[in-house]
Amino acid sequence: MAQTITQDVAAPADRNEGIGGRLLAAVANRAVILVPYLWLLIFFLVPFGIVLKISLSQTTIAMPPYLPVFGLGDGVSGFIANLRELSFENYLWLLDDALYFNAYVSSVVIAAVSTFLALLIGYPLAYGMARSSESMRPLLLMLVILPFWTSFLIRVYAWIGILKPEGLLNQFLLWVGVIDTPLQIMNTNTAIYIGIVYSYLPFMVLPLYATLEKMDYSLIEAAQDLGCPPTTAFWKITFPLSLPGVVAGCLLVFIPAIGEFVIPDLLGGSQTLMIGKTLWNEFFSNRDWPVASAVAIVLLLILVVPMMFFQRAQARAQEQGR
Amino acid sequence: MQGQLSRFNIASLVLGFSFLYLPIVLLVIYSFNDSRLVTVWGGFSTRWYVSLLSNQQLLDAAWVTARIAFVSATVATVLGTLAALALTRYTRFRGRFLFSGMVFAPLVMPEVITGLSLLLLFVAVGLDRGFLTVTLAHITFTMCFVAVVVQSRLLSFDRSLEEAAMDLGATPVRTFFQVTLPVIMPAIVSGWMLAFTLSLDDLVIASFTSGPGATTLPMRIYSQVRLGVTPEINAVCTILIVVVTAGVLTAAVLNKRRDVQRRRDEQAAQRG
Repeated sequence: MAQTITQDVAAPADRNEGIGGRLLAAVANRAVILVPYLWLLIFFLVPFGIVLKISLSQTTIAMPPYLPVFGLGDGVSGFIANLRELSFENYLWLLDDALYFNAYVSSVVIAAVSTFLALLIGYPLAYGMARSSESMRPLLLMLVILPFWTSFLIRVYAWIGILKPEGLLNQFLLWVGVIDTPLQIMNTNTAIYIGIVYSYLPFMVLPLYATLEKMDYSLIEAAQDLGCPPTTAFWKITFPLSLPGVVAGCLLVFIPAIGEFVIPDLLGGSQTLMIGKTLWNEFFSNRDWPVASAVAIVLLLILVVPMMFFQRAQARAQEQGR
Repeated sequence: MQGQLSRFNIASLVLGFSFLYLPIVLLVIYSFNDSRLVTVWGGFSTRWYVSLLSNQQLLDAAWVTARIAFVSATVATVLGTLAALALTRYTRFRGRFLFSGMVFAPLVMPEVITGLSLLLLFVAVGLDRGFLTVTLAHITFTMCFVAVVVQSRLLSFDRSLEEAAMDLGATPVRTFFQVTLPVIMPAIVSGWMLAFTLSLDDLVIASFTSGPGATTLPMRIYSQVRLGVTPEINAVCTILIVVVTAGVLTAAVLNKRRDVQRRRDEQAAQRG
């Protein structure tokens, strides 16, 4: 598996195609790495540098609405002059205003609660799928994946009609007679939890299912034969063995949920603070690009640790796949 | 023991899938509601579908979205497949750690950050916002999804097939096109479809990187949703759901049929 580039180009090309073929193969080999590498450098990594740069610049009323720091044409002396003008004003502004701090905290809390709820709903579902007969499993898997292909926006939109005060859920509950007055669910944090759990549930179920399906269930039979009650067997055997899936699923829900914009915007109320929405408002309503950039940089710093966990989990899964 | 579901298993399956599907089913049902009040049933009607046909703004947006999705999915599939090859075939090269980080990070990166950073890049280089910028942005975030899908297929790929082809004198390039590519083709096709639907869906990144004249369908739907739920939006959503579901199911059936065919061929080969 650990073939180097040169080995890949090796002997057969030598034998048949001569220099032309070898050159072609070498170019192709380099291109396989270089083309996507350069693309991601230019369109993924470099933009973060620009975000960082603009988060350190000052707001002006112009287009684009910030004073540039670090122009390329300034030379070394210009660079040093610019360095002195760097302003951390935007970051101080974030520290100063409790609104931003609260938005970060409440985003993390909402994402954590939603992740836990998604695990609570997703685990039994994934477990049921893994225990189904082999012929049923592809169908069930398809049923989990299918909503993921349907538009995110549409799935969030569908909940508005259900959760509204005069919506379908309240109509149903009133009709059954459980409640006398409509529940106010729309525009509360409850609506956001429902939205996040609903939208991200497939991300939770798929990694869970992948680990649960591979599990050796004779272990549980053995435990039960030895007199272990089913609940104890679950917590002592099934759950620990499924931990990689739990970790992957939770990270896949938690990380994007922190920066979520559509769900708090459509289902949440005006009092709901989430950082994705704050960033959007800074950018589109206040047209304050430098502050929006500073918000993004701080959010990235919060996400770095969970993201590194995610990458490690991915790399480990890859090693096992080999 | 596997295959025998307990009552608890069945209950969690039924409840889980109802939770996943009920909202979508209700949305589809209410798109056929005659009443303008979305939550009051006023009888069956297809009038919202008819009125869609005269909504020029919506049709324009749908056309723009379809073109962006087609172009970006196609480029993303090429780049994503290359990235997957780089990750699985070259275990050691300079900057591999950074590379794999850049492939996996966009999968979980909050969309507001990706959107903002790409917009600032386009402004910095003086690129006019519009069709091109949205397409570039969509290529960037969907290629990583393609890479993951193709990579998982490559990992289970039997390398001895390639070695056999090379031993028989095929060049590496030829081996790739005649042996590797046909085997990983199903993964590439589903990667393309995934990229296409992700691009079709995206609201946040498109809102940041789009300019005048390139309003996409999700942007149009979003601005109408903010004004309230209308049966007309339900109708648009239903059409989108039907198109995507039909596409996914067709691909699944085709894949299944090819699998069955291949198994039969293999059995025939063993017998003969």
